Amino acid sequence: MEKFERILINILNAFTHFVHAIEVRDIWRIFKGKDGIVEALKGVNLYVKKGEIFGLLGPNGAGKTTLIRILTTLLLPTKGEAYVLGYDVTKEENKIRPHINMVSGGEYSGYGLLTVQENIWMFSQLYGMPSDEAKEKIKNLAKELGFENILKKKVRTLSTGQRQKMNIARGFITDPQIIFLDEPTLGLDVEVARDIRNFIKKWLMDNPDRTVFLTTHYMHEAEMMCDRIAIINYGKIVAIDTPENLKKMVGKEYALIIKIQPKIDMEWIREIDGVINYIPKEIEGGLKIRMIASREEAIGEVMEGILKRNAKIVYLNKEEPTLEDVFLKLTGRGLE
Amino acid sequence: MRNFLRAVKGRAYPRVIGALREPTWMFWDTFLPLLSISAYVFVYRALHAPKEFEGFVIIGGIMTAYWLSVLWGMASQFYWEKETGNLQQYLMAPASLESILAGMALGGMFATTVRVVAILILGTLIFQVNMTVSNPLLLLIIFIVTLFALYSMGMMFASLFLLWGREAWVMSSLFQEPIYFLSGQNFPVKALGPIVAAIASIIPLTLGLDAMRQLVFPQSLPWALMSPWLELIFLSILSMAFLILAIVFLRKMEWIGKTRGTILTRWL
Repeated sequence: MEKFERILINILNAFTHFVHAIEVRDIWRIFKGKDGIVEALKGVNLYVKKGEIFGLLGPNGAGKTTLIRILTTLLLPTKGEAYVLGYDVTKEENKIRPHINMVSGGEYSGYGLLTVQENIWMFSQLYGMPSDEAKEKIKNLAKELGFENILKKKVRTLSTGQRQKMNIARGFITDPQIIFLDEPTLGLDVEVARDIRNFIKKWLMDNPDRTVFLTTHYMHEAEMMCDRIAIINYGKIVAIDTPENLKKMVGKEYALIIKIQPKIDMEWIREIDGVINYIPKEIEGGLKIRMIASREEAIGEVMEGILKRNAKIVYLNKEEPTLEDVFLKLTGRGLE
Repeated sequence: MRNFLRAVKGRAYPRVIGALREPTWMFWDTFLPLLSISAYVFVYRALHAPKEFEGFVIIGGIMTAYWLSVLWGMASQFYWEKETGNLQQYLMAPASLESILAGMALGGMFATTVRVVAILILGTLIFQVNMTVSNPLLLLIIFIVTLFALYSMGMMFASLFLLWGREAWVMSSLFQEPIYFLSGQNFPVKALGPIVAAIASIIPLTLGLDAMRQLVFPQSLPWALMSPWLELIFLSILSMAFLILAIVFLRKMEWIGKTRGTILTRWL
């Protein structure tokens, strides 16, 4: 019966491209905590097409993990509907779970006394995977991710990067229709993060019918990896589009980096006509300011204002708009 | 069913491997209980108590190893799994939580049995205790049913500890010593008086210990709480009751986790 159902779903999926991998309709999630009520998601709407890498970009606490937990059937929405592979997350979790998997950043799952190979194998058993098939897949994944040399090493002796590569293999071993990656490169060094990103991209190229749902607060990761990106802030989606189109939102504006010495109060900058938003960041001996302005004259007025306050401009550069500028323009705050 | 068994095997694996891979654990887990057993044996010897009392302590010692495994390896386990992020993986996997708990229980039983055999052999040899098993089959059945009841109780506590939202080690510590006392770990439970002994019978360890002592030391009959057959019936009822409650609380834990978000969300 289960086999028949699966065949039917595969046939339906092949012919009905209109069924999205993920569909979220007006999802709300309210938590009642010790410190009162927290609205983690406030009417989120989005869809993810099959075969795409969809990114959810937002700062910590924006609601990314809450949405991922709803989609992975770990949490119920307070209000609204969500469908994964056409199945309702609130009622049909048993039909969703065999086809999805998740890997989180900074994850410490597994057992320290097991070897890497044993650990991945153990989790594969929870998905009913035949033992020999699992062992073969572990070898292939280790080769692709570049950790063959640590397969016999105990998990408790691994570095953060090695551990995350193992987690990635754990998530992909079940060959999921949709893989949810919650900040998968969080806290990793550049090389390991690059290996993981390359692996994900290659996996999707080899399996074009699969879908990746990625949350991150690294804008370059979102920009580099994703076909489409949703920007989330305080539980609300503020924009969804391709990275190129999102950046066009600040295409006509001026994105600037200014470094000044010493540190001065910059609140007055908001009063200048044409300054859309800015983020000041403390650096050694002064401030680094990221600013978006809608007219060129505003830049001159800002420079004048800085000099008037006895500060020195040590660096000024007009930059190509990034997703961070989009985020700044839309929300008035930075991503990190 | 095949997937259920694979999940059981997968989750049992770390415990089975743990028992065999870490010889130092094996040494300490055998040596320390033997020290505790020795203390009581010497007290009984000093008091010139009947020889079977020394045997009571050895049987009590080995069954206590299972109780500790139930408390720290079953009841507290979901709490630790939550802390490490494993619980999220278990909840999201297509395997049932029952299969995960069954795997934990089987793995825990295996690991504890390895230690228990060592304690039993060493304890019997060191203290020269003579055991005369009157009905080996009944003894085996009672032993298995006691373990089944104990581990079902552990499964029930695993969900309850998370529902209560307390630190698991506090809860386990809270249950540890009183159960040593109420189950009659180192003395015949009948000594507590009929009312306390009857109340203590809700703990599978109490009935299991009493029945096994009767079957291993026939001369201890005057200290028996009730007949081993009756104890087997009560143990079977307890097993089923704890198993049903464990499933009910598992569902409740999962439901509360999903609706309130309190199981996986740390800041709530």
